Formats: sequence, structure tokens, C-alpha cells
Amino acid sequence: MDSVVSFTILGLFTGAAYAIAASGLVLTYTTTRVFNIAHGALGMVMAFIFWDFSQRQGLPTWLALVLVLGVVAPATGWAIQRFVTRGLGEGPVSVTLVVTVGLLVGCIGLATQVWPPESRTPLPLFNGSGVELSNTYVTAHQLITVLLAGMVALLLYLLLTRTRIGTAMRASVDNPELLKLFGGKPDRVAGLAWAIGTSLAALGGILLTPVVGLSYYDLTLLVINAYAAAMLGRLRSLPLTLVGAMGLGILQSYAVAYLPSDGLLSGIRSAMPALFLFAVIVLMPQAQLRVGQVKGIVSAPLPSRTRQLGADVALVALVALLTAWLPGSSLLLVGMAATYAMVMLSLVLLTGYGGHVSLAQFTFAGIGALVYAKLGEPTLSGLLLSALVAAAVGAVVAIPVLRLTGLYLALSTLAFGLLMDKMIFQAEFAFGTNNSLDAERLTILGTSFSSLGGYVLVMTFFLVLMAFAVLALRRGALGRLLIAMRDSPAACGTLGLDTRWFRVGLFALSAGMAGIAGGLFAGLRGTIGASDFQVLASLPLLLLAVVFGVTSVTGAVLGGTGLMLLPVLQSTNPSLAGLIFGLVGFGAVALGRDPNCLANRLFTLGRALRAQVRTPVRRPSESYQDRPEVTEEVPAHVAS
Amino acid sequence: MAVPMLEAIDLHAAYGRIEVLRGVDLRVPKGAVVALLGPNGAGKSTLIKCVSGQHKPTSGDLHLAGVHVQDAGSDELARLGLCTIPEGRAIFPNLTVEENLRLISYAGVATGAVLDVAFSHFPRLHERRSQLAGTLSGGEQQMLAMSRALASDPALLLLDELSMGLAPLVVDELYEIVAAIAASGVSILCIEQFANTALRVADYVAVMSGGRVVATGEPDEIRDTMVDVILGGAA
Repeated sequence: MDSVVSFTILGLFTGAAYAIAASGLVLTYTTTRVFNIAHGALGMVMAFIFWDFSQRQGLPTWLALVLVLGVVAPATGWAIQRFVTRGLGEGPVSVTLVVTVGLLVGCIGLATQVWPPESRTPLPLFNGSGVELSNTYVTAHQLITVLLAGMVALLLYLLLTRTRIGTAMRASVDNPELLKLFGGKPDRVAGLAWAIGTSLAALGGILLTPVVGLSYYDLTLLVINAYAAAMLGRLRSLPLTLVGAMGLGILQSYAVAYLPSDGLLSGIRSAMPALFLFAVIVLMPQAQLRVGQVKGIVSAPLPSRTRQLGADVALVALVALLTAWLPGSSLLLVGMAATYAMVMLSLVLLTGYGGHVSLAQFTFAGIGALVYAKLGEPTLSGLLLSALVAAAVGAVVAIPVLRLTGLYLALSTLAFGLLMDKMIFQAEFAFGTNNSLDAERLTILGTSFSSLGGYVLVMTFFLVLMAFAVLALRRGALGRLLIAMRDSPAACGTLGLDTRWFRVGLFALSAGMAGIAGGLFAGLRGTIGASDFQVLASLPLLLLAVVFGVTSVTGAVLGGTGLMLLPVLQSTNPSLAGLIFGLVGFGAVALGRDPNCLANRLFTLGRALRAQVRTPVRRPSESYQDRPEVTEEVPAHVAS
Repeated sequence: MAVPMLEAIDLHAAYGRIEVLRGVDLRVPKGAVVALLGPNGAGKSTLIKCVSGQHKPTSGDLHLAGVHVQDAGSDELARLGLCTIPEGRAIFPNLTVEENLRLISYAGVATGAVLDVAFSHFPRLHERRSQLAGTLSGGEQQMLAMSRALASDPALLLLDELSMGLAPLVVDELYEIVAAIAASGVSILCIEQFANTALRVADYVAVMSGGRVVATGEPDEIRDTMVDVILGGAA
């Protein structure tokens, strides 16, 4: 009986810390409609700063706490709102997600750069003191956490409902322009919301570090726990968020206490938040379509068929040349680039055309690789089967969120990636912990491509085939449907299109493409393990895809090359490894608003060059585009 | 001559490369009600957006009570005594009636006074004060919006299509309020498609077409020109 009480108390404590972090998440989301995936990462950075202040610099704990919660965190939050997320709430969900994922990756990069990995022991508040509570020893730290959670909830409630600025916070999410006409300042209101939100992330992080340790990733993934708790209140209700967080904390604590510590069920402990999240999502009521908004993004233009063919032939020729010249280790890198490019192509379909974001695309590649390696049948049918399994799993992930909007789909992919990481990939029947599987290279029609060069060439062929398929799909009726669905689901609804199953199909197709890439990757590497497909690896993938242009095939190929070069750059400059990682993240923050980005710049440059070659013969359409603004030249009048 | 409350001189404004206002000249004398009429696409709403600071004109001058205000933000103008009720329902649907009213105090009046004024003019709002504003009927929502014009005691009131989507009876009721506000000495510029309703309370009328003010005058003088402009008789 005593153990139940003590585990409940432990659960209440973790739940309270989740509640603090989750209420910050809810606050920023309800007031600016920007879902901050970097919420946990910000908490992580703040926990590191707190450690730095209190232990490395030797400041008194209370002073460090006040400095972090009262100065550093609010200033960071305010700056993020001011310079990064302002106006994002109006835009498409995919842009919001990409920018905050960039923030997340940037935070991890920053933290690893400033505080290189070493062993650090964060001390609990009032270390050593505590009270006896019905035969269970409760530390002062735990007590304070629970009390603080209650206080935060109460204060936030009072702020949002009883004060004018709190009312303005809730008003500005509906219509910031109207708030201005009332005389309010929406920017100041949003800045305040972000300042408080970041402070709460910091508090959650600082309170949790004595338990989970100062780790870059565990605290970053805290966002999933916070999100799972907040989902119970549909990302809006603070009281329900509190209930959700406490429930999750207690569930997790019981899972640790009563579930067996080995076998399949052992994974459940660490996957508890993700499971909780799926359960809540399935039980959620249907989301309403938002009417009256066209949230399209401008796509890169489709290439003409001849130009596409030319580019494909050129790519294959280039890779063929490379296979002849490059040594084996570099060839392996070319193969990796082709894999990444294929996974990014699946994102072109899903994100670029479909407008949905997947935060775990690499996990689908992992499923493809797992099935391919387990089947031990290195033929086309084996590859096809692994793609089909990946596609089926993709559909299974998409089905629970059928009734919900894009944000939930993206976040459930993150939870799904985590679930696969902890429960499936590391299980004995899959890769196993610290274990690896062997995979053979592909045999097509009796021809075995066992040499590295030949295999890389085969991968390039697959990449080109996939590009063909994606572009063919984009040109046809399905492609038009995709764009229409992305731009206005409500308009599609009025036309009688059932977009829900189509969305599942799209997700499955994209997962299947990633699965093929994974299968080929397994063959390329020969041995693969769970660590090759970690969920956090999917985030730089998404970022590079967006930075290089997620609406075009060119962008995917360039992005794949970039992602391959990233670890190479990091290993050649180990001292700057974190910085490079951070640069990618913050680069995505800067460039993420334009999802065509580098590829589109390249296209524009190409058009300009061709126009140069072709002058003076200008096509009428071009000359129209070059025309200056139509506004007449009007000299400024002075009031008479 | 006295300084007008609002004066626009050769005002130009554009959305991207599409020019909407092509040299608007307009005066709203102190204490007068000016009705702004004209066909769709004439630039009426854009003019109001420019005056209220929501849209930046490309050239030309705007004076409020004789002060050049070109670069002021809409929130700043609102705190200085310009009240704008934009097109559609100018309320926050996810806040309660009382919370909506509380936000009016940003314009520089005490919350208590706002509630007093609003509830004394519209007892129905008092009955529904803890109801979400989005669940009110169209007429009640517009009453809530008009409460801001009543309670914030502005110097200049801009009204953009008060009558949109409302029953004629409700429109009449709302224009009685407009007349009462005008009687208290507030200058008003209002856009209205129900020309006759607007002309009843207006001291002057300005007719816009194609981004310019094509006719101004007192209601009786303008009636004939207006029919031509709106129905397409005039060139």
C-alpha cells in the first residue's frame, strides 16, 4: 500500500512539472496561434543556463532562479516573438511548424556548442530537506514543484480572465487588427504571452532536471509530454491541461512501478506520453474546418517534360562519372545523399504539394529498412513489400487524426516517431538495443548489384524514377486535388470532395516512398541499427528540405546532398559541430517562411540567365513581369 | 474657416500594384455627419482604412483636426480619439460581452463608465453580459460594436457599412443611435449602401467612384448625381 502512495506522490511531482511546462505551451498557442515545438528545447537551454549560473558561476540558487525566470527567459521569449514568430499565426500551419522546428534544432545546436557534453549533476532546490508524509519521504523540491504548479495555474487563470491585458491576449488571437482599432497593442500582448510562456518552459525544465538529468534530448522531447497534457484541454483549456499533466505523471509513475522491466512492455514506460497522446487524439471531437481563409503557399513552377528529362539524364550521368572516379568512402556518401533525396521527395509530395508536415519521415524509412533486412529477400518484390509495410504504417498513423487539422497530424507523427524509437526499433524482434541487422544489396532480374558503384547507380535510378512519379502525379488530376486541398479544405468540402481518406492515402504514399529509400539505404550500408533512424534525425531532414525548397524535385536533390554533407562538415570541424547544427536550425528560422527557398532562387537565376542569352527577343509574358509597379509617379504634395 | 475634423488631400493608396485611391479630396467639418456613398470597388473602405491607420497611403496628406497624421498606427489613433467600426462584426466572438466592453477602456475611458454607457443604451447587452459575443444575434453584435462608439467618446467616428446583413428595422434603430452620437457633437464619416437611411442623418454627402470623390454636397443636391454614379448613368 505504501508503494502506491509513494508512486502517486512521485507521479504528482512529475505531473506538476509537466503542468507548468504545458500551461506555457497553451498560453503561447492560444494567444498567438503558433504552436511552439521548441518549447521543450527552450526549457532545456534555460535549464542549462540555470545550471551555469548556480553551479559554474556559483551564484546563490535563488538569485540564479530569479535571473533565469525573471530576465533571461522572458527576454528570450519576447525576442522570439518579436523577430521570429510575429505574424506566423496567420500563415499556413506548415510554415509555423517548420520555423519552430528550426528553433528546436537551433537550440540543441546552441546548447551543445556552449555546454559541450560532460557529466553534470543538477541539484534539487533545497537539497537535503524534506518531510515525512504517511511513511513516504517527500523532498522539498517535490513539494515546491506541486505548489508552484498550483500557483501557476491560478495566476494564469486570473491573468487571462480577470485582467484587461489577459482579455486582450485572448482577443488578439481572433483579430489583432481589431484590437488595434480598440486602442490595444497586439504586439505587446503577444510579446508578453511569449515571455511568460518561455518563463514557464524554463521553470518546467529547471524543476525536472534533477530527475531526468541535464540532457539535450530528454528535455527537448518534454514538449511531447506537455503537448499530450495540453491536448486533453484541446490546447485551450488550462484546467484540463492541469488534469492531463497530473494524469500523465501518475500514469508514467505507475508504469515504472508495476510494468515488467523487460520484454515488449518495458518500452511502454518511456513511450507513455506518446501512448497517452494517441489515446487523447482518438477520443477528441471532430475539428471544424476554418472557413474563409486561403492559406496557400506559392509552389515552384513545374518543369517542362524535356527539361525534366534533361535534368534526370544529367544527374544519372554525373553519378555514373562519380562512381568511376570516387573512392569507396565518398561513394557511400553519394549513396547516402541519394537516400536523403528520396526521403525528401516523399516530403515534396506530403509537405510541398499536400501542405502536411511529417516530423518523423525518417522513422518510415526505418520501417522500410527493418522490413527489408528482416525479409532477407534482396529483390524488387522484397523492396516493394517493405515499401508497402511502411505505407500501411503511415496510414495507421494518419487514421486517428483523420478528423483533426494539420497541426495535430504533424504532432502525432512526432509522437509516433518517439514511440517507434522506444518501443519497436529497440525491441528484440526488430533491431534490438545496440544491435544491428545485416542486409544484402538488391538483385534486379537476376543481376546482382553487389559493387558499391553499381549499387549507387541503381539508387540514383530509383531516385530519378521517383522524381518522375512525383512530377507525373503533380501534373495529373491527383496533383490538382492535392493543391486544392492544401489551399482550402473548406472549398474542397463544398465541392463534395472527401478529403479525409485522400489525406490518409497521401500520407501512406509518402511513407511508402520513404520506406523504399530506407530499404535501399539498408542495402547500401549492409548493416543497420536503431540508431540510424532516430526520430530527431527527421527534424534536420525536414529543415533542409524546406531550406532547399520543398515544392520542387530540384530542392529535394539539393537538400539530400546538403543533409549528407552536414555530418561530414561536423566531423571535419568537431569544435564547431554544435554551431553547424545551430546554423541549420536558425537558417531554417530565417528561410522557413518561403517554402520554395533556395531552389526557387536558383530557378529565378536560371530564368534571368536564359533571358540574358535571349535578349533582345523577349517573350511578352516575361516583359509583363518585369514591368515596374503600376502606381503613377505622383509628386508629393505639401498641404496648402 | 474652421479647421475640419478630417481632411484628405490628393490621397493615393494601392494594394501591391493595383491602385485603389487615385487622389481623394475630402473634408469632414467639425461636428458634421458625412455619408460616403458609391458603387462597390470605388475605394470607400480603403479610404476608411487609410484614415484609421490600417493601410498606409502611397502619397497625399491626411489631417485629423488640423494635425498631419500620416505615419500614426491605428492603435495610436484609437487612443487619441478616433473610433473606427470596420466592416463586418467589429467584435471579438470568443470573448464574453462584458470582456468585449472591458477592452473598450483601451481608448482611455474607465471600464465602469464604459459598462454604464453600454448597458444604459442597450439593456439587452446587460441581460447577456456573460454570454460569448459570437453567440449574439447580428443586431446585438452590432449594438455591441456601437457601444464602443458611444462609450469611448471619440472626436471622429468612422463607420463602415453598419447595416451589412441586418434587418431594416435593426438598421433604423442603429441609425437612431448614430444620430444621437452626432447630436452630441461627434464628427462622423460613414459608408452606407442603404443610401436613403444614410441621407436621413447626413449633413453632407460625398460620392466616390473609381478611386476619386466625384461629387460632394448636401443630401438634396447630390441625390440625382448619385443615382447616375451608382447605376452607371454618368461617364
